[in-house]
Amino acid sequence: MKSLEELKKLREELQKEMLARNSKGKTKIVIGMGTCGIAAGAREVLQAVLQEIEKRKLDVVVSQTGCIGMCEKEPLLDVQLPGKDRITYGNVTKEDVQRIIVEHVINGNIVEDLVVARLEEGGE
Amino acid sequence: MEATIYRSHVLICTGTGCVSSGSGKIKERMVAELEERGLQKEVKIVDTGCHGFCEKGPIVIVYPEGVFYCQVDVEDVSEIVEEHLLKGRIVERLLYKEPLTEESIPSYNEIDFYKKQMRIALANCGRINPESIHEYIAVGGYEALGKALTEMTPEEVIEEVKKSGLRGRGGAGFPTGLKWELTRREKSDKKYLVCNADEGDPGAFMDRSLLEGDPHRIIEGMAIAAYAIGADEGYIYVRAEYPLAIHRLEVALEQAAELGLLGENILGSGFNFNLHIKKGAGAFVCGEETALMASIEGRRGMPRPKPPFPSVSGLWGKPTNINNVETFANVPYIINNGAEVYSAIGTEKSKGTKVFALTGKINNTGLVEVPMGITLREIIYDIGGGIRDGKELKAVQTGGPSGGCIPADLLDLPIDYESLTEVGAMMGSGGMVVMDESTCMVDVARFFLSFTQSESCGKCTPCREGTKRMLEILDRICAGEGREGDLELLEELGNHIKETSLCQLGGSAPNPVLSTLKYFRAEYEAHIKEKRCPANVCEGMKSAYVIDESVCIGCTACTRVCPVDAISGERKKPHYIDPDVCIACGACAAKCPVSAIAQG
Repeated sequence: MKSLEELKKLREELQKEMLARNSKGKTKIVIGMGTCGIAAGAREVLQAVLQEIEKRKLDVVVSQTGCIGMCEKEPLLDVQLPGKDRITYGNVTKEDVQRIIVEHVINGNIVEDLVVARLEEGGE
Repeated sequence: MEATIYRSHVLICTGTGCVSSGSGKIKERMVAELEERGLQKEVKIVDTGCHGFCEKGPIVIVYPEGVFYCQVDVEDVSEIVEEHLLKGRIVERLLYKEPLTEESIPSYNEIDFYKKQMRIALANCGRINPESIHEYIAVGGYEALGKALTEMTPEEVIEEVKKSGLRGRGGAGFPTGLKWELTRREKSDKKYLVCNADEGDPGAFMDRSLLEGDPHRIIEGMAIAAYAIGADEGYIYVRAEYPLAIHRLEVALEQAAELGLLGENILGSGFNFNLHIKKGAGAFVCGEETALMASIEGRRGMPRPKPPFPSVSGLWGKPTNINNVETFANVPYIINNGAEVYSAIGTEKSKGTKVFALTGKINNTGLVEVPMGITLREIIYDIGGGIRDGKELKAVQTGGPSGGCIPADLLDLPIDYESLTEVGAMMGSGGMVVMDESTCMVDVARFFLSFTQSESCGKCTPCREGTKRMLEILDRICAGEGREGDLELLEELGNHIKETSLCQLGGSAPNPVLSTLKYFRAEYEAHIKEKRCPANVCEGMKSAYVIDESVCIGCTACTRVCPVDAISGERKKPHYIDPDVCIACGACAAKCPVSAIAQG
């Protein structure tokens, strides 16, 4: 490295790898990974999400949650943009993942036909 | 470079504390479990340095949730993987429980032990992989060095550090910026920079944790200091008993050199800096700067009179600046955030934070970083979780073996360099031993003095002979053979040793004795006049055990454990302890199934 600028550039690249450890103010995708979710194919959905994120170099935190009782709608996938409502999508397939990521995560438009619930920001 | 994104990071502590409680095996098992479930591309395992909460180790933290698992066993690993990493369910039983409320706390930041801390020096410890320069850079590492080299003159760096109010964290508290300026001013073809990592206080491990947990931060702090004073070569003097710290430093030095952050023409600025590690053999006196330099030069580690100060004549006679590990750890923060931000923390004369090694009869022991000016009460009760087993606090010993004891009624003392010195203790490197009512203060003073006495290098008479004589008197008092006039003699000796010793080892060695004499004189007097140890600690003065005949069932359990055969009696009939033979070891009382035995 020959300059401060080079150092700063390297930092920007490396920061992405550290994202999982600093989730404040980042978009979150939460996947239901209870037994019901896994049985309905949540693992494939999760992997599809990770692939999309990697492919598009997105600044997104992915985590899982257990069963929330809506087992018949599994796999469930929540998207929460910073400061926005938490949207829950149901019966998500691998194919839906790309739509959700492009339309909602990147462009901020909720994919209405897949929504099964919404949690207002600040509500739990 | 292609960044690899993992959805979850599992941080496994590989500090010395957690390694000794088994974190290596946990990592092995974790790798195997992840592979078995095909999660190795989604979950990243990261080795980290010390979190400071070694008592609760091995510690495993799972991100992005930031869930803090403690005292993890190898057998728990598959549950963490199956439940948390696969299904997203927190493993409740492995969470930390607050000692007072019994409440389980999932998140790192919500635990009282961490909540009340302010981590500047330790900011990255436990949060990044210390063997990865990339992780350090990702959290902003080496940018302070870059800023100093490209945007600031050496004088501006010194001015910033002076304005920050940073003082030496090794204990004496000399203003860091001023020290740098003194070395800067010297005209010389060669100057040296030294990092004092000869951590010797029993129980203190902040330097080790910093070197193990965030070695690049120390290297960065040193490079900034070297630029400021005009040195092109530096030494880290670290004790050989810290193999992990040395290993991580070696890795870090290699990585920094590879990226051009050490060596020639750093970041295109024309500034050169090379850094070496010097392993010390672990003599306590080598923490004294002139002894330390003698040791680096290959001579026997003994202090010499000052002046000349190292800034004038240090290593090989060249101007040399020596700072402690923790001092260097604060430097990148000051350069990045500015002197105002740093000096807003702390008290009028003591700025910033201080790391303390909290230990003794307290619920949460460990390494804590707190703002200067915090009270002992806050450290002991809010962070430390109070005294163990609901006992009463008796005193706090600060500053390592040459520090002093602060009595419980000074609990609201705001901690800074001046206030600690004023009450007869000192900041020292930041050891903090909490003692409860079952501690004998005479015994404590004797313990600490026996340490400094055996570490005295022997060069000057007051320290060599004086500490020996003081220890003899204390031994006598603890054995129940104290005499009238002993206390006055201890005070006279102590004050003479402090005033006339060559270095600060002798200059502070009498502190534990003098401070306990000041605050717990009655306890000394009880030993001498009544031949009684009020805390029932000192051998030879413990009162004999007595069996309550109405309770004793004659099971003979006590007779079998008594090491001196003081107990007699027939089976199924009350037993009797011969008070002249009993050495009050307490083995019988511990064994008695009906609690019939107590001290008389």
